[in-house]
Amino acid sequence: MWLQEAPADTISYMLLGFGVIFGSMGIYLISLVLRVRGLRKDQEILDEIEQG
Amino acid sequence: MQSTPRVLKLLNGFTSLVFVISLYLVFFYAPREAVMGEVQRIFYFHVAAGWVGALAFLVTAVAGGMLLARGDRKWDQIALASVEIGVVFTFINIVTGSIWARPIWNTWWTWDPRLVTATVMELIYLAYLMLRQGIEDPDRRARFGAVYGIVGFLSVPLTFLSIRIFRTIHPVVIGNNDPTAQGTFDMTPKMRLAFFFSLFTFTFIYVTLLWHRLRLERFKETIEERKMLAMTA
Repeated sequence: MWLQEAPADTISYMLLGFGVIFGSMGIYLISLVLRVRGLRKDQEILDEIEQG
Repeated sequence: MQSTPRVLKLLNGFTSLVFVISLYLVFFYAPREAVMGEVQRIFYFHVAAGWVGALAFLVTAVAGGMLLARGDRKWDQIALASVEIGVVFTFINIVTGSIWARPIWNTWWTWDPRLVTATVMELIYLAYLMLRQGIEDPDRRARFGAVYGIVGFLSVPLTFLSIRIFRTIHPVVIGNNDPTAQGTFDMTPKMRLAFFFSLFTFTFIYVTLLWHRLRLERFKETIEERKMLAMTA
């Protein structure tokens, strides 16, 4: 460590880390949106059944 | 599903804004750490994600207690919504820690007390989500979830304290480090601001997600009730 002049080149690990952070949060948000859409479709079918 | 309340719309906007600010602080305002280099920037969101996990599981335990005390199923909805968010953020916390460890500890994984307790905590709450699905009676499922959420919460303080009571190589951010800790660093005032702002931001992300997830759960229960009525009619 005493001989180290510049910080270690760890940018690829940083990119991987933030990829995991944004990827996980993005997947969770998409899952919420898809679940709402699925329920809205169910709601439309139920509305049709009740009207018919 | 009812239209989005105005307060939730404002919360969406505010959370997005503070998230952008925290990205600026993490990537441009906080200086590059002198030894570890760029990978140290993971630290800000790694700790914040861990904080959200702990907060989410605390809310689950409190909601479990409220359900047992009052019997209102809305507490079960809160507990479930919170566990789901907690599992996502604890996953982020564990995986980003592993990525940080690779260049700093020269390994993706080691059987360190903090890594083990955090992973066990994650598995406990994954089991919560899976076991719930095996119980059909909603009242029984809610009571089971409440008791499990309270007992499972024991894993949260154990995870937090693991680096303070056991011999470990994991750095301690607040408090004294174990002499064997590897990858420690002194936070400069700019780093400290980015760190605390990230905690603030992730707390708002949690609150916003919890509200959305809760609305989804209520919508789901409404649809399921209508399905039951349609089937019996």
